[in-house]
Amino acid sequence: MGNSIREAYGKHIAKLGKKNENLILLEGDLADSTQSEHFQKSFPNRYFQIGIAEQNMVGIAAGLALEGKIPVVNSFAAFIAMRACEQVRTDVAYPNLNVKFVASHAGVSAGSAGPTHHTIEDIAIMRSIPNMTVLVPGDMKETEQVIDAALEHNGPVYVRNSAIDVEEIYNEENKFKFGKATLLKDGNDATIITTGTLMNEGVKAVDTLKKDHGINVRLLQMASIKPIDVIALKKAANETGLLITVEEHNIIGGLGSAVSEVISEIGSTKVIRLGINDHFCEIVGSPAYLFNQINLTAKRIIEITLENKK
Amino acid sequence: MKKENKLYSIEELANLANYARYIIIETLINSGLGHPGGSLSSIDVMTALYFDIMNIDSSNPDSDERDRFILSKGHSSLGLYTVLHLKGFISKDELKTFRKDGSNLWGHIDLKTPGIEMSTGSLGHGLSIGVGRALAAKIDKKDYKVFIMMGDGETQEGSVWEAAMSAAHYKLDNLIGIVDRNKIQQCGFTEDILALGSYKEKWESFGWSVKEIDGHNMKDIDQSFKKISFEKSKPSLIISHTVKGKGISFMENNNNWHGGGAIAQYADQALKEVEHYAQYKDLV
Repeated sequence: MGNSIREAYGKHIAKLGKKNENLILLEGDLADSTQSEHFQKSFPNRYFQIGIAEQNMVGIAAGLALEGKIPVVNSFAAFIAMRACEQVRTDVAYPNLNVKFVASHAGVSAGSAGPTHHTIEDIAIMRSIPNMTVLVPGDMKETEQVIDAALEHNGPVYVRNSAIDVEEIYNEENKFKFGKATLLKDGNDATIITTGTLMNEGVKAVDTLKKDHGINVRLLQMASIKPIDVIALKKAANETGLLITVEEHNIIGGLGSAVSEVISEIGSTKVIRLGINDHFCEIVGSPAYLFNQINLTAKRIIEITLENKK
Repeated sequence: MKKENKLYSIEELANLANYARYIIIETLINSGLGHPGGSLSSIDVMTALYFDIMNIDSSNPDSDERDRFILSKGHSSLGLYTVLHLKGFISKDELKTFRKDGSNLWGHIDLKTPGIEMSTGSLGHGLSIGVGRALAAKIDKKDYKVFIMMGDGETQEGSVWEAAMSAAHYKLDNLIGIVDRNKIQQCGFTEDILALGSYKEKWESFGWSVKEIDGHNMKDIDQSFKKISFEKSKPSLIISHTVKGKGISFMENNNNWHGGGAIAQYADQALKEVEHYAQYKDLV
């Protein structure tokens, strides 16, 4: 049974509006796409349609935060992280204001809409901005928990959402914690580190590696990219000896880079980065088709693990 | 520093603004860096706002009822820091550190400085932030007003017009935009760099209620600001016609004094033109 991260977000934030009267949603004319429309129905007086003007939307959010509100900016990742990047950095991050960005259709999840709507640069952009937190959930339960954590944190948070339907991976025992990796599978032969919806492929790969090859691989879902879980990374390096990062992002500047930055300071553990190899998608297709094209699949994760495992 | 509850006459406000000119020049000479042109053009309006129009009390700086002023043209920090000094937010000793190593006073204003309502410097951001603050007042049914001062060159930024549209859309009659229309930007006259054209009509067509004033005539300034909001359910805009570098003969209407990096060799001449304003020190 598939399900939508966006819808989970939209319904959850609408629920949170009841508890938190300072919560205000801003939307850039994409309400049915971002699913902010659920909040609009419940709290029309705390919902503002700003129109197709993302720079203005982020500035307005800064003004609202200066007055003690908790604004949540809704748009596509491309238009928050790139179109309005300077406002995000200068008007929100520099004064460290309590604004949340929920960036939908990140990575290549906009599929055949094309590279104008893909965003494979936003993790790199956002994590290089001081004061900014970067969270990338991968299923419905994790999305709800990420949103809870984002609102509990006093300061700017960038939540990167996918537009694709996914399986629910999180069970009752899995719990997202701010700054922590979620251990989805334990093992000592290698560690796969995923972020966002690719934890789906990670689970499939780890299950197959165990079943067909007798290899016990650890799977860490790293929804918290900044701050990153340094302790879990060092532990994985020491105990499993090989780290493979998997992300729907350019391999420059994303999860793989963040992990490498930590590991390069502690020793000689090999880090292999799976991601988009610094190119725009050139062939039209659905997200599933594009994931195949760019080799972000369980099959590829398995191959890479077998090739590199000691 | 300000004598609380003191009411200033028009003449006293004009003198106070000229005293501020003296401090601006003194501070510029001390730092060797800064933006005198736009500080000197906007200082009369800023003085009127802080000493007669706005509800701002340095002894209760976080008061919920205070009016909010955002200097969107954040490079005119010399002017705003000076007014905040006269108002009691910034000491003379701190003012002397302007742009010096280890200072708290950046060239472009920072929220952490007492009395500053928002960090600015990148142009075209302030009006959107003002829309957010004015919207918050409407949500909470608060009476404070939000004043955003922009440069005329600044309004070449497209984001200003996004904000202008949204302010009218949300009927923010608690929002007052001020454009310091000194006609000059860093590289020359606005009309040569990127023409602003029928300026009043532009704002009116975006749904604002617009009034043009002489930004160096204290009576005109004071009376005009006392009439805000100009119309119910519309944001107000004041186009303040000014002279860039006003008060220093060789800086007036000269884009070379947008920035003041050359001040060292003109320091004596500049001081000579404003030092007689030191007599108005006792006004604060």
